[in-house]
Amino acid sequence: MDKKKKLELYIHIPFCESKCRYCDFLSASADSGTYRAYVDKLVDEIRAQGGNYTDYQINTVFIGGGTPSILPGVYISNLMSAVYENFVVEASAEISIECNPGTLDAQKLEYFKQSGINRISLGLQSTVDKELENLGRIHTYEKFLESYQLVREAGFHNVNIDLMSGLPYQTLESWKSTLKNVVRLKPEHISAYSLIIEEGTEFAEIYTKEEGKKLLPSESDERKMYKMTADFLQRFGYERYEISNYARAGFQSIHNTGYWTGAEYLGMGLGASSYVFKRRFHVEKDIKKYMKIDFKNDITPLYQDIQELTLEDEMSEFMFLGLRMMKGVSGAEFLSRFDYNIYNVFGEAIQRNKDLGLLVNDGSNIRLTPRGIDLSNRVMSDFLLN
Amino acid sequence: MFEQDRIRNFSIIAHIDHGKSTLADRIIEMTGLLTNREMQSQVLDNMELERERGITIKSQAVRTVYTARDGNEYIFNLIDTPGHVDFNYEVSRSLAACDGAVLVVDAAQGIEAQTLANVYLAIDNNLEVIPVINKVDLPSADPEHVIAEIEDIIGIEASDAPRISAKMGINIEDVLEAIVKKVPAPKGNRDNPLQALIFDSLYDSYRGVIVFVRIREGTVKKGSNILMMATKAYYEVVEVGYFGAGRFIQCDELSPGMVGYITASIKNVKDTRVGDTITDADNPCEKALPGYKKVTPMVYCGLYPADGAKYNDLRDALEKLQLNDASLFYEPETSLALGFGFRCGFLGLLHLEIIQERLEREYKLDLVTTAPGVVYKVYKTDGSVIELTNPSNLPEPTEIEHMEEPVVSAEIMLTKEFVGSIMNLCQERRGIYISMEYIEENRALLKYDLPLNEIIYDFFDALKSRSRGYASLDYEIKGYQPSKLQKLDILINKEEVDALSFIVHADSAYERGRKMCEKLKDEIPRHLFEIPIQAAIGGKVIARETVKAVRKDVLAKCYGGDISRKRKLLEKQKEGKKRMRQIGSVEIPQKAFMSVLKLDDE
Repeated sequence: MDKKKKLELYIHIPFCESKCRYCDFLSASADSGTYRAYVDKLVDEIRAQGGNYTDYQINTVFIGGGTPSILPGVYISNLMSAVYENFVVEASAEISIECNPGTLDAQKLEYFKQSGINRISLGLQSTVDKELENLGRIHTYEKFLESYQLVREAGFHNVNIDLMSGLPYQTLESWKSTLKNVVRLKPEHISAYSLIIEEGTEFAEIYTKEEGKKLLPSESDERKMYKMTADFLQRFGYERYEISNYARAGFQSIHNTGYWTGAEYLGMGLGASSYVFKRRFHVEKDIKKYMKIDFKNDITPLYQDIQELTLEDEMSEFMFLGLRMMKGVSGAEFLSRFDYNIYNVFGEAIQRNKDLGLLVNDGSNIRLTPRGIDLSNRVMSDFLLN
Repeated sequence: MFEQDRIRNFSIIAHIDHGKSTLADRIIEMTGLLTNREMQSQVLDNMELERERGITIKSQAVRTVYTARDGNEYIFNLIDTPGHVDFNYEVSRSLAACDGAVLVVDAAQGIEAQTLANVYLAIDNNLEVIPVINKVDLPSADPEHVIAEIEDIIGIEASDAPRISAKMGINIEDVLEAIVKKVPAPKGNRDNPLQALIFDSLYDSYRGVIVFVRIREGTVKKGSNILMMATKAYYEVVEVGYFGAGRFIQCDELSPGMVGYITASIKNVKDTRVGDTITDADNPCEKALPGYKKVTPMVYCGLYPADGAKYNDLRDALEKLQLNDASLFYEPETSLALGFGFRCGFLGLLHLEIIQERLEREYKLDLVTTAPGVVYKVYKTDGSVIELTNPSNLPEPTEIEHMEEPVVSAEIMLTKEFVGSIMNLCQERRGIYISMEYIEENRALLKYDLPLNEIIYDFFDALKSRSRGYASLDYEIKGYQPSKLQKLDILINKEEVDALSFIVHADSAYERGRKMCEKLKDEIPRHLFEIPIQAAIGGKVIARETVKAVRKDVLAKCYGGDISRKRKLLEKQKEGKKRMRQIGSVEIPQKAFMSVLKLDDE
């Protein structure tokens, strides 16, 4: 009988052709020499890590970025070979790669396929070229359609498309057209986030100022777009299973669901986050320092901000992550996991947010109301202990 | 014991940044009391806070020994003076303890209003004024011009003024020689009854209050019975001595002309008021020295601990600060919005800021400060008079016959080009024009009477910004005048917030109310519901803003499983909630109470 625990792998590729103006992820442009050196290093890391996880089996792999698809296809297959050689990967594992339109060709997709990748996530954001250009995206809608076509032709049957609402210059009409265009393509999965202006990005400099704010959709339009997304996609057979994620039956992302339900995951590559052995930590974020780590001998410089989770931390996370799922959190699961009654720990926070109309309790589960989704931050911060 | 005619008691007067502290350092250095190694920069300013602000708060004295070119040793008592209009009285008493004053003028910038005010104080106290031109090493220095200015404006001979650079140590000896030659030796007779001027005091936890004095007549020693003539307090002297650099040096007696200290197990600084005269209780002098005034606070505000549990800590801290600062006043008060705190009185806004900073820095207290106000006189219909320090205590309008507010005489020195804009500023602040004189071709002295409550907020800032830093201000309290005053109340979500009420002139009530509402609208975070913010006078709403209900408050996607970052963002949000004051169902950040203090951004 198979008693191995499950582990998700995340592999970070911090390179992009150019930085999008809203992006605050760990990514930058680089030359092909850097790509090669980085992938070599990353292969070393994968080899060094495998031995620590012999009692685990891998149920998902996610190659994210940056733009992993900017790399030559053979690099991806080298990385995946290292994964297969050093970890036990389930035959049915969900293996995703993030791709940008314009960085794909048939040969590269063939490499992906040969590497066992079975899910493609395409960053589209909008089907309106003006909006794309303003985001600093490198592609047009047409370029995306070519890439999407290639992906389908290569035989991938699980495809995600990333979208964003609340963009500068976006209108209710233009957002609706984006949704329509995407639904017509029948992807298995859609992630639809509303734009958040992150500190330190080019967007923050422009759109937090009075002048810039005028270029964003009004607050009420922005919320209308958000609601339109949910209504529209559900009408076309996409189930909303998380605040911003929609999927056709059977295509919910296993990897992302893991993050919200307390699954263990190991991140490899620059800055990648992990949650294993009740600890959260991340890999060195400075690429120069990362490149100097000698994985064959001493990997101590690898991890930073190691945080041992207390029982309280785990209970808080269970709540504020679990509430992102539309089914909410289950009191029974809380009890079996922590051996505490959820109301004894969070009764006050639950009641207050119910009174404010932000949470509902539908018998077995506690979940966000539509207004609670709009104000999820406020609800979730109530579930921090201490 | 030194002969009386070898003592020189003097202070240095200068505008901020003209080099007073640097010159003091040089004098102490040149007189050899300290080695270079012991020499901290700016020995006189020993409070951390003072150094950062570059100004001197508590006056101090230092005694050094100088061997002059005539071969004799002279005792120099250098008495330091505070450098801000809030402390005008303290300056005048420090000067009264001297026989001469070294006037430091920046060779590039010339005379400023504050310099002038202090020079007049020195002349009033019959001091010999010795001009010194500093910063002659600067490329923009124009000593001849500045000398002419001193002669024209102040009317003292300045052609032989030492031209020095205190920073570079150039010609410092000329200053020392000028002090020997020009500052008169102290007068006074040791056989007369004791007459000693208190010019400062300091609380020491072992010795009690250490009183800083200048002996005018008679002597004092250990065991003498002394009487403070104004406060009528009696004590027996425990110790007398003088001031080494940074320490107290005990001696047998203090005799006429000497500057030194007295300890007498005095527990309360309130008994030793600056300007009071100490005499011998057994053989008292006939008259106290002239010039004593009881200092009264001019500016009041509420100080509250941000964390209600720290109330006792705040009280203890205020108590300790008051030991050294008789002009600090406090009494407990309660606010519906802010809980338990204190109504505190200060000499001026700078004094307020200094106390506030010391409480925060030295006592690690997190404070909420309400808008500072002045003391209004409320004449009631029943014939009684209230001195109002807290707007919340204003009686009903029907009980008020009329009200009066304090007015200051202000002198502003400025260059010609800014006369127009500064006159406008004074006009906007309800100033009454008194006079303007050109003291030289390009510079004018503008005199206005201004209501104190118009200048305590941000008058300095406005003055500086409208004159590009070239105008300087000096003022003193003139008295009270009747005024059309009203209480402006702020309602948040229909509830009156007492801590935000303040007294305002009827003509500017609407403008102030509007600005308050606008400012609060930006400071109060959006809630789940809409929050009206209203300004009202006597129940009538005169301005309104609305904080709209929040519609969206979400976190970014947690990409690649970076949960720690997400947690940090949530924690930040939770922390923010803790720093809020709950008024009804509205949470108001503490900084909202203070941000409304600075409304007059242009």
